[in-house]
Amino acid sequence: MGKMNIEDLEKIREQGRYKMALRQGTGRVRIIVHMGTCGIAAGARGILTAAMKEIELRGLHDVIVTNAGCAGLCSHEPMMTVEVLGESAPVKYVYLTAEKVKRIFDSHVLKGQVTKEFALEVVSEKTHS
Amino acid sequence: MAYRSYLMVCAGTGCVANQSMKIKEKLETEIRKKGLQEEVAVVTTGCNGFCAVGPLMVVQPDGIFYQLLKETDIPYIVEEHFIKGRPVKELMFTPPKEKTPIPKLSDIPFFADQTPIVLRNRGVINPENIDDYIARGGYEAIAKVLTSMTPEQVIQEIKTSGLRGRGGGGFPTGIKWETCRNIPADKHYIICNADEGDPGAFMDRSTVESDPHAVIEGMLIGGYAIGSSEGYVYIRNEYPIALDRLQTAIQHAREYGLLGTNILDKGFDFEIKIARGAGAFVCGESTALMASIEGRPGEPRAKYVHTVEKGLWDKPTCLNNVETWANVPQIILRGAEWFSSIGTGDVSGDPWGGSKGTKVFSLSGKVNNTGLIEVPMGITLRKIIFDIGGGIKDGKKFKAVQTGGPSGGFIPESLLDLPVDYEELTKVGSMMGSGGMVVADENNCMVDMAKYFLSFTQTESCGKCVPCREGTKRMLDILEKITEGEGTEEDLVLLEELSNVVVESSLCALGGSAPNPVLTTLKYFREEYEAHVKDKKCPGHACRKLITYTIDPHVCVDKGHGCHVCAKNCPDGAILGETKQVHTIDVEKCGKCGICYDVCKFDAISVE
Repeated sequence: MGKMNIEDLEKIREQGRYKMALRQGTGRVRIIVHMGTCGIAAGARGILTAAMKEIELRGLHDVIVTNAGCAGLCSHEPMMTVEVLGESAPVKYVYLTAEKVKRIFDSHVLKGQVTKEFALEVVSEKTHS
Repeated sequence: MAYRSYLMVCAGTGCVANQSMKIKEKLETEIRKKGLQEEVAVVTTGCNGFCAVGPLMVVQPDGIFYQLLKETDIPYIVEEHFIKGRPVKELMFTPPKEKTPIPKLSDIPFFADQTPIVLRNRGVINPENIDDYIARGGYEAIAKVLTSMTPEQVIQEIKTSGLRGRGGGGFPTGIKWETCRNIPADKHYIICNADEGDPGAFMDRSTVESDPHAVIEGMLIGGYAIGSSEGYVYIRNEYPIALDRLQTAIQHAREYGLLGTNILDKGFDFEIKIARGAGAFVCGESTALMASIEGRPGEPRAKYVHTVEKGLWDKPTCLNNVETWANVPQIILRGAEWFSSIGTGDVSGDPWGGSKGTKVFSLSGKVNNTGLIEVPMGITLRKIIFDIGGGIKDGKKFKAVQTGGPSGGFIPESLLDLPVDYEELTKVGSMMGSGGMVVADENNCMVDMAKYFLSFTQTESCGKCVPCREGTKRMLDILEKITEGEGTEEDLVLLEELSNVVVESSLCALGGSAPNPVLTTLKYFREEYEAHVKDKKCPGHACRKLITYTIDPHVCVDKGHGCHVCAKNCPDGAILGETKQVHTIDVEKCGKCGICYDVCKFDAISVE
């Protein structure tokens, strides 16, 4: 890039927002893909890629995707946990596909409404408040 | 597609020396091998600060802190953490005397108690990537200044903030800028002093290494406020990584038009040149530094006329150090009120009325967590050494802490609750200095420590004025005499008198502060000097001529069965005795190296 003006600075800042949010571990929503041996065998890698694609397509910069080990429900894999920080208890989604991930983004990640049809019993996941 | 995870590998001088670049290469190889190169990125950052446990890396967004890494650990971490999502406990930090590791960086006390302003970008950006700096709000402050502030408003903001010189003098930065601006001249210069030369100090080096653009932006703002279009960074050539990153940063800033003419289309011109120093300690003194940039010998001059009036090439010159410049963009962005809410005292009426903001210290010596820290002014020495620093190594007892570099004073245990600010440190005979902090434990001899630091300043004396050249030499002679057991009580009187003469009559601050270690140890640890002089003993067991090693015959035979390890390791062949029999030390031959004391597993050897 050549000589910059103030608008160019703002553009670079905007482009780097997601990168900086990740590097500081800050974000509004945290998605954890369960990647134990069971999860990987059931296709967790595709779920992780699907989640990353959704973030890119929608240009989100406050959603963090990370991975964790087996959640103990191997028969329900692939699974992911979605947590809207400071709002509700984490929700576990089961038997996932790329299409389901997309729908979870539409409602839970963006609007804060749990996609009940794919969720493991929501009630049992809630902590006492 | 965007990455999902960043591996922030420390590439400060300390970690690089511990092979962190090989760790980085290995990570990249393993990540490619597992096909993760589109998801996980490796980023090299400036000094993370926790140098004691390097090489280290932080995995984001999880915030997991891995320490003491070896190349052989990498395949396991990649497999477990990045593929299976199971962070590796064995490579996490565990506090001394505890068993449970602390996974997250933000939960480790060393980091949790810090307040990063100057070091806000450490571990977050790649210092060689200008876009990273901009993404963190970089060059926003110069944009604000150029669009909405007059030079006078910028100076007023810095004055209100209470920022004072971080190189050690503590002169109010805003007043310096204002004075310099008001001297009429066809040209004004600004200088960044990056000639940090104190043994055990690495604040400025690390700041340049981890965030060089912050220094450049600070200088841009200073240039605008003072009315200068040309700045110099005086940096020692023996800081190769810092120099390299600074050169890269200046080049990138030029390519973006953030240095040069008509910056950000606002009609402001500014250029930065690098002057490399050869590593002379005295060149950290402002007039000697300017002489060195001009190509003359680095010697100070009397400052009847200040450098803000006649400095570099006799033009009005404003010199600040690295840390001072790096504070400036944040003050402009977040406001003077915010900055002055951190720290001690009140600077609204009197610019010397308090110490505001934070200070970066390099913590070294006999402390568990050696490294680089940034803390609010007014924090106590106790909190720095025992909470952030994790206490004294090997469970030993604290004896003293030296603040302010080789010409700072030693502060004893009774003053550990002293709040760290400019005035308080001066009151007890030490100083803020540039921020070196060296911790001594019960095994350090204070006479020996004073001798060590004085021998440094003595060697670095440029020789221009007599009190510093001759005075420090005679002081060193006396200290040597004392550590060899030949000192007298009159020597202590003479030593004190000489110290005061050197302080009062030296030309520059090098001589003016060189006696501080001697004066403070005489004040707070006089009994140690007296033990050397009267009893011919060294309480810290460090002065070889005054100590004797002996072997307890009972322990040697009963517990150790005359194991002979001491004799095998003695470089002087001074230990007599056969295996299974009593061993003794021949005092005539003994070189007092202490190796036998260290290798004896049965504590049969004692020193007095």
